[in-house]
Amino acid sequence: MPGWMPTKPAGKAGSRTKARASRDNNTRGQNRPRDMPPRYTTPTSPMFQAVIRMTPPVKLLCKDVWKLYGTGGDTFLDKTPDPSFEQIKAAGLIPAVRKANIEVREGEIFVIMGLSGSGKSTLVRCMSRLIEPTRGALFYDDRDLLKATDKEMIEIRRHKMGMVFQHFALLPHLTVLQNVAFPLTIQGQKRASAEARAHEVIELVGLKGRETYYPRELSGGQQQRVGIARSLADEPELWFLDEPFSALDPLIRREMQDEFLRLQGMLAKTIVFITHDFDEAIRLADRIAIMKDGAVIQVATPEQLVLNPASEYVEEFARHVSRDKVMSVGSVMTPGATGAGDGISAQLKIADVAAQVVEADQPLTVVDDTGLPVGAIGRDAVIGVLIGKRG
Amino acid sequence: MRALSSRPLWVFGALLALTWVLARHGAGWVGAEGWLGDGGLEWAIKYPTAWVIPLKDYVSAAMKWLVEEAHFGLFTFTEFTRAISWAIEQPYELVRALLAEGFMDGPGRRAKQVFPPFSWLTITACVVALGHYARDWVLAAIVGLAFLYLALFGQWESAMITLASVIIAVPIGVVGGLSLGILAYRHPMFDRILKPVLDLMQTIPIFAYLVPILFMFGFGPVSALVATVIYAMPPMVRITTMALKAVSPEIKDFGVMTGCTRAQMTWRILVPSALPSLMVGVNQVIMLSLNMVIIASMIGAGGLGFDVLSALRRLDIGGGFEAGIAIVILAIAVDRLSQAFSERSGHVKPDVPGARWPARHPRATAVLLVMIAAFILGRFLPFFQTYPEEWWLTTGDFWDNSVKYLNINFYDEFEAVKLFFLNYFMLPLKRFFLGIPWPWACLMVVALGYHFGGWRLAAMNAVMTIFIVTTGMWEKAMVTVYLCGSAVVIASAIGIPLGVLAGTNARAGSAIGVVIDTLQTLPSFVYLIPVVMLFRIGDFTAMVAIVAYALVPSVRYAAHGIRSVSPELVEAGVVAGCTRWQLLTRIRLPLALPEVLLGLNQTIMLALSMLVITALVGTRDLGQEVYIALTKADTGRGLVAGFSIAFIAIIADRIILASARSARVRYGLEEAAHG
Ligand SMILES: Nc1ncnc2c1ncn2[C@@H]1O[C@H](COP(=O)(O)OP(=O)(O)OP(=O)(O)O)[C@@H](O)[C@H]1O
Ligand SMILES: [Mg+2]
Repeated sequence: MPGWMPTKPAGKAGSRTKARASRDNNTRGQNRPRDMPPRYTTPTSPMFQAVIRMTPPVKLLCKDVWKLYGTGGDTFLDKTPDPSFEQIKAAGLIPAVRKANIEVREGEIFVIMGLSGSGKSTLVRCMSRLIEPTRGALFYDDRDLLKATDKEMIEIRRHKMGMVFQHFALLPHLTVLQNVAFPLTIQGQKRASAEARAHEVIELVGLKGRETYYPRELSGGQQQRVGIARSLADEPELWFLDEPFSALDPLIRREMQDEFLRLQGMLAKTIVFITHDFDEAIRLADRIAIMKDGAVIQVATPEQLVLNPASEYVEEFARHVSRDKVMSVGSVMTPGATGAGDGISAQLKIADVAAQVVEADQPLTVVDDTGLPVGAIGRDAVIGVLIGKRG
Repeated sequence: MRALSSRPLWVFGALLALTWVLARHGAGWVGAEGWLGDGGLEWAIKYPTAWVIPLKDYVSAAMKWLVEEAHFGLFTFTEFTRAISWAIEQPYELVRALLAEGFMDGPGRRAKQVFPPFSWLTITACVVALGHYARDWVLAAIVGLAFLYLALFGQWESAMITLASVIIAVPIGVVGGLSLGILAYRHPMFDRILKPVLDLMQTIPIFAYLVPILFMFGFGPVSALVATVIYAMPPMVRITTMALKAVSPEIKDFGVMTGCTRAQMTWRILVPSALPSLMVGVNQVIMLSLNMVIIASMIGAGGLGFDVLSALRRLDIGGGFEAGIAIVILAIAVDRLSQAFSERSGHVKPDVPGARWPARHPRATAVLLVMIAAFILGRFLPFFQTYPEEWWLTTGDFWDNSVKYLNINFYDEFEAVKLFFLNYFMLPLKRFFLGIPWPWACLMVVALGYHFGGWRLAAMNAVMTIFIVTTGMWEKAMVTVYLCGSAVVIASAIGIPLGVLAGTNARAGSAIGVVIDTLQTLPSFVYLIPVVMLFRIGDFTAMVAIVAYALVPSVRYAAHGIRSVSPELVEAGVVAGCTRWQLLTRIRLPLALPEVLLGLNQTIMLALSMLVITALVGTRDLGQEVYIALTKADTGRGLVAGFSIAFIAIIADRIILASARSARVRYGLEEAAHG
């Protein structure tokens, strides 16, 4: 099982090949999960060097992206190159995104988290060029997105990008099947092949048997499954999800998160996921960007956010998270020490191993992916995490 | 009135009193010998003919030039209109032949039918099938009965001619409206140009553009179709733009993210998503086309409208009433059908593949069978082709007799009512309006504009009143204002209390709702028939007809305003110990005021548009001016009078809208526009 995603059930290779079968000319189809890096990249970790070596290429790069709503944002930025929040407000403009720098790496789940109105949607709409940034640069695979013509953007969106919307955005006059096949028919595919592919993705999201339903005949969760299936139909490389689960009630939301992780386990897309729910972010993210008032104030793994919040603002979020679910064995073990037992994986969360460690008489050995011992973890360290001592 | 802020209240009162005094005695003063020398201020009461700008002659001359000489390089203007005529005529002739007259061969009156039209049975079967397809057997029965009525009462052929013109006008109106609406949605610039044009189109009475159309296309069904399309299209344009704007932004984003081209975005995302609203527009186009039926017959449409019009001219009450009822029935059938279709759109289940065609389309199969059977049987038994004349039922005598009965037995009562209103309400009002010196009236209108809408509105009002005065329309405009004003007062006096009742009492509300819905489906002319029957021609008749027509919006808006008062506020009133009366007068009515004002606005608009129709019964207002222009095909006269009516409408509209807005701002229901 790939080490980068320890909490997820392993994807069945069979269904992955099936999902991809209809487009074997897809050059990006190399099964990424196997050569993916660990998601765990704490600098203190002994694996740090290895991680550096394996850092995957940047898929999407935002460089100093600004978006100011209101008239005259452009000239304002000419005059005041690096304005503060207050300066922008004083000029009568709305600072939706302020100098955002973000690198989304291939195959990762990159979560953008922030309170309502912090500019998440605006940022992601800039990334997909649904709106033009006021300033800044966007690179997709080293290609300057802002220089792409309308026609090129249509091609890029048809074949490389997919998006899932908060309120599903299903077409009310089409059935589930037609909705899912829609992006393919837009590209001019034959109805038969488009529907064959649609059947595949509908089965993938667990809606088999509902193909002839209309969106209004489905529950919210089911509608969002359709939205997900639809965005996957044309096999995008880059997948945007703007608060996809926010309109769902908590139980369904959790179920959909599991579903989402299961799908990602199979498909390994590059994902930009937006949420205003810190728990959701922690649960899904490989890395999280925290936004406030349009600015990105920290980009880090969930574990780093909890361990080293960049500001009080971040700390406030992190305070209410159960740390044992965030922190991994590797981050609290004593590196280099030796212990008993046949080895606990360094990627496991404290919550998963707490009982085992606490019950043991002595510290237990910790091993890395390859099974080599890298340290040991003892009862004190685990209890420290559980009772919330700073670590 | 608390609605006007308290300080200007007495100012308004004083101005009104001054106006009244001027109107009452002004003529006496200025006419008096020796006052201010020779002619005195006579000119202020009666605008001197020598000062009139002969705008209408210029317009007529321009029109003449357009038709006779204008040349666009490749073709002349006349060739252009002929081409349009031809393009409209072909499909119209086809549909008309299919539905009503059959295909003829041979010259003029000696033409022989070479192929019969669809049998009445076929067409009835067809609408029944459509009714069932669109909703259920109930609807099927309703439309089936409606069409049977047309056959049984001998209105079939006229009704089919009318239906043919609707069938041609509606698609043109819908496609045209949709295209313009989409253009306006895509190009905000175009939207900004289109909006005032649409406003004007909806406020200029239809009559005014009948004249130029007549001039360009000649007397005949094509002119009628063109006028119908122009009349019926504006709401479709508006609804299209609005519906496209209302498509959820997420769906639009989705379209972009899927990589839709512009055409795909429009036709595969926006239009289908907006379909339910668009269907409301289609329904509007259909209803307005039917509304035009009688008016269109003035410039050459045949069918039911022509029957009503000629009956009205002959004062053949029974015949007019029968044809009028037939229009109503046709309108109701078509309205229900189109509404059912609009609610149905989107509910379509994809059909099961595999089954044979007849099994998948039972209704179409049944209609085809009826058609073939009726065609074959109709060759031998005329009954199956045309419903036999001997079997026609008629209620004409009944109506004639009941009107006779009412007129003989209740003549005095009707006369008394009429005289009462004329003497104590209408004539004083008329004297008042005709007595106001025009410079003073202009000043007042401009001042009102300034008070409610600032200098912009004041300037617009000034331009418009000056237009009316300088083209020599002042007196007729004042008759118009008086007629419309008295009708609006009475319509509001009846309509607003009814609306309040409907808004506060659910049971009364649903009953009133049904009546209002029915009133709204009736073509405007139908109101005229019974009133003419009882009160004969004259101002009073015109006013009653206008009231009947213009009542609907005042009820609607008042009811809606009362209903949308927040229940929390009403509860607060109850807790504070208000009586029901206090609840109504202290809480509900003041808060509903903006809506009531909007209703008033709509009432005025409808009243003005009906005013022209009532020229038929001999009023001496701008409407009559247009009507005369129509009979003489005098373009300039018709247009100038038409624009004068439109300007009165626009002035009233802007002032009332502005005051409604200021009321809404005061209650915090809307943000102030500035600051
Ligand atoms: N079209 C627009 N015009 C003007 N201001 C806008 C527009 N869209 C967004 N804003 C403003 O930009 C800021 C950021 O909005 P954005 O929608 O990106 O927030 P968000 O983080 O997605 O919030 P939410 O969680 O509510 O979706 C807000 O202050 C918002 O009011
Ligand atoms: Mg958002």
